[in-house]
Amino acid sequence: MNEASTTAITTDDRFTSSAGKQLGIYALYALLALSALIYMLAVAAGSTGSTGASGAIDVVNNAITIALREEPPQLDANRATDASSHVVLAHVMEGLLGYDFDNHLVPGVAERWEIREDGATFWLREDSLWSDGVPVTAADFVFSWRRVVNPDTASQYAFILYPIKNAEAINNGQLPAQTLGVTAVSERVLEVEFERPTPYFDKLVAYLTYYPVREDFFNSTNGRYGADTDMMLYNGAYLLTEWVHGSTMRWVKNPNYWNKENKGYLDEIRTAYITQDVNAKLNMFKDGQIADTHLLSPMLPTAMEQRWQIDRSMDGSVFYLEFNHREDRISRNKNFRRALQLAQDSTELVYKVLKEPSYLPGVSLFPAWLTGVSESFQKEYPPPMSKLDVQQAREHLELARRELGIDKFPPLMLLTGDTPISLLAAEYYQQLFQKNLGLEFRIDAQIFKQRLDKMRAGEFDLVLSGWGPDYNDVLTYGDLFSSWNLQNRGRYNSPEMDLWIRVAQSELDPQKRMDAFGEIQRLLHEDVVILPMYERGFSFVVDSRLKNFRRRSVGPEVDYNYAYIDVTN
Amino acid sequence: MLLYTIKRLLQGIITVWFIATATFFAMHNVPGDPLINDRAMTATTRANLEAKYGLDQPVVTQYVIYLRNLVQGDFGISFTQENREVNDIIREHFPVSAILGILAVMFATVGGVLFGALTAIYRNRLPDYVIMFVVILSISVPSFVIAALSQLSLVSLNNVVGRTVLPVAGWGTIQHMLVPAMVLGLGTMAYLTRLMRSSMLEIISSDFVRTAKSKGVPPARIFARHQLRNAIMPVITVLGPAIAAITTGGFVVELVFAIPGLGRYFVQAVQQLDYTVIMGTTVFYGAFLVFMVIVVDVLYGFIDPRVRME
Repeated sequence: MNEASTTAITTDDRFTSSAGKQLGIYALYALLALSALIYMLAVAAGSTGSTGASGAIDVVNNAITIALREEPPQLDANRATDASSHVVLAHVMEGLLGYDFDNHLVPGVAERWEIREDGATFWLREDSLWSDGVPVTAADFVFSWRRVVNPDTASQYAFILYPIKNAEAINNGQLPAQTLGVTAVSERVLEVEFERPTPYFDKLVAYLTYYPVREDFFNSTNGRYGADTDMMLYNGAYLLTEWVHGSTMRWVKNPNYWNKENKGYLDEIRTAYITQDVNAKLNMFKDGQIADTHLLSPMLPTAMEQRWQIDRSMDGSVFYLEFNHREDRISRNKNFRRALQLAQDSTELVYKVLKEPSYLPGVSLFPAWLTGVSESFQKEYPPPMSKLDVQQAREHLELARRELGIDKFPPLMLLTGDTPISLLAAEYYQQLFQKNLGLEFRIDAQIFKQRLDKMRAGEFDLVLSGWGPDYNDVLTYGDLFSSWNLQNRGRYNSPEMDLWIRVAQSELDPQKRMDAFGEIQRLLHEDVVILPMYERGFSFVVDSRLKNFRRRSVGPEVDYNYAYIDVTN
Repeated sequence: MLLYTIKRLLQGIITVWFIATATFFAMHNVPGDPLINDRAMTATTRANLEAKYGLDQPVVTQYVIYLRNLVQGDFGISFTQENREVNDIIREHFPVSAILGILAVMFATVGGVLFGALTAIYRNRLPDYVIMFVVILSISVPSFVIAALSQLSLVSLNNVVGRTVLPVAGWGTIQHMLVPAMVLGLGTMAYLTRLMRSSMLEIISSDFVRTAKSKGVPPARIFARHQLRNAIMPVITVLGPAIAAITTGGFVVELVFAIPGLGRYFVQAVQQLDYTVIMGTTVFYGAFLVFMVIVVDVLYGFIDPRVRME
């Protein structure tokens, strides 16, 4: 018995080792086959576009490699709405005016300009050329601007041209595009007529919607303008020479650019990666594959361990709680809104809850980086503040309850986006208003488009909302709560507010104009139209060999136009 | 056999039609508005955009137009990438996903069969324990964790060596594909290992193996002819759906490794309510899945004569 079982085991062992050997042979075959397959796949992959591997900073070729957040949907400046398109276009195109490294407005295609009460004149430079060598003329701007306001183009940024005479009427289909108040007096003189006085028009023309488009080229693209590298003409510091969709782009120094000495120092910028994953970008940066990346607060310890130089910048946008001012809503009651205003404190939100070191606590609709008459707007017009006062808040809530004639407050709807930061903020306010006021808020977290849709339909009491600037003037925020602004999704409506906004839009005297913004700021606080939450900022790191890289509050979020490589230290 | 194939193909077409219809009506009933954007637009602009995408027509008309275009293989223009046709997006990005997918499937199959056979032969001994531990781990840990961890280890590897051994992200060369493909195939490999192990164990103790042994057939021959060949059948059955799942399910891996595959478009389109891209990619993926299942069913007949008999 004993012997028999031993024999069984030995036979089994022999079998096992022999089978194992056979398996080993198969494994070898499999590996060989796999290697052959990998080789074939590599050849195939090469034909689908290649990242290349030149590293973040290529000193020899004076080139850098960067990552883009998203693939630009298309590069037609007249219709672009997203941040990635803006970044690319700001490097390959140039408007009448532009911004220098220090955010000052400087001449672009226009060498000088004049803004009057009824209009403006731009004198175009001789040496501004399209990438095919043809000069940029006033007619290119006329064609482009008519195209923007033409309702057939369906440009979502057409509103930014409304200060030009007849623009709004044309955009609404009431007048033909030819009636737009812009004329090419000669090849190099552009005349603009205003709908109403527009003292900030110089800042508007720096925006990408105002970039020129050449008619004959546009017509040759058969409606595919901006879809590919050969479907565009360039007049900026860089040319787009390669665009593998969803994968890579190559921006090469434009030999025809008129201002080569002061802009576009790098010979080549490669956008080799497209990913929204910030962690992946951090890994690429660590590995020396990309020149810069932004950091979220959980990544800061890693960055500090690596002894990187961490920079901060404001991204320009302001986030706030917006009330629903429609008739049937409880949030229409001013005492109710005042109660909420007195029961919260944005510093606690920013410093204790969100803990993003680059964020600033919100104090006003007008962020800290905006300029007033001569210095910071917030310094010239200190925002009115109310201290956290729970006692007083409860009194206002009681007043509101009596005015509304209800026994107790029903559950209210707090609409928010689905990003981690907005969910965190929403939960904070939910428990804060519960604790301080005994109000029950239900969080309605929605994806971006659905949140916007619900805002438009007014399906909320309170919504976490925000606004980013289009141009470098207080008005980019200032007219948000006018009764006619489609953006005013809470439908706040006050004749006094409308009056001050009209003044701010058209007043030529800078002092009086800023005073009007001061009044708007006061009203926003007194009427409790919104509750400011925070101004968003970014922590970011840049390869130490890359100098003069810019993150901007207005314009492209990242700007390499003035960047250069310096390996001295 | 031919009749069988034709029958399966017809079933496949009906399935694809059903997928197309379900996606169409699901998309049009999802709350939210595909055209809405950060900057509010005027009524005229909106009307023009609606006309461009045919959203101004009644839903039934839209459905008829959609089906008619679908038959001609035209999925329409993307809502977000306004100058690109969905066909272009699929044509440019599916090959990337497919190449990555094929490699991942190869890793998964080779690994799954070899490890499965190995664990069965060495059952309840050290190789079995080690491999099964890894298998359970790879099934339990979600792929975004594995992807992030492996990318992090690549960074450390490159740091230690002092040059780029394997790139941490990107696309275009063998080096770019190896790690993402392994990460992508890992889950399937683990699944196949378990499948192979249990089916192998069943066969090892079966009658015909014992008969072969008693006849004195050489062990290597028993293993190759009688055990492996029989045990591999269930693996092949699940391979079709597995290929489709891997090729279409690479979103996380594509995101982390910045690979320009179709998965990104598929997922982002849902978030952005890009109707045409969602419908295009879903129908395409659906058709691909159906096709792979048919292929495997037909292949099965060639590999296992018993199936053909029935």
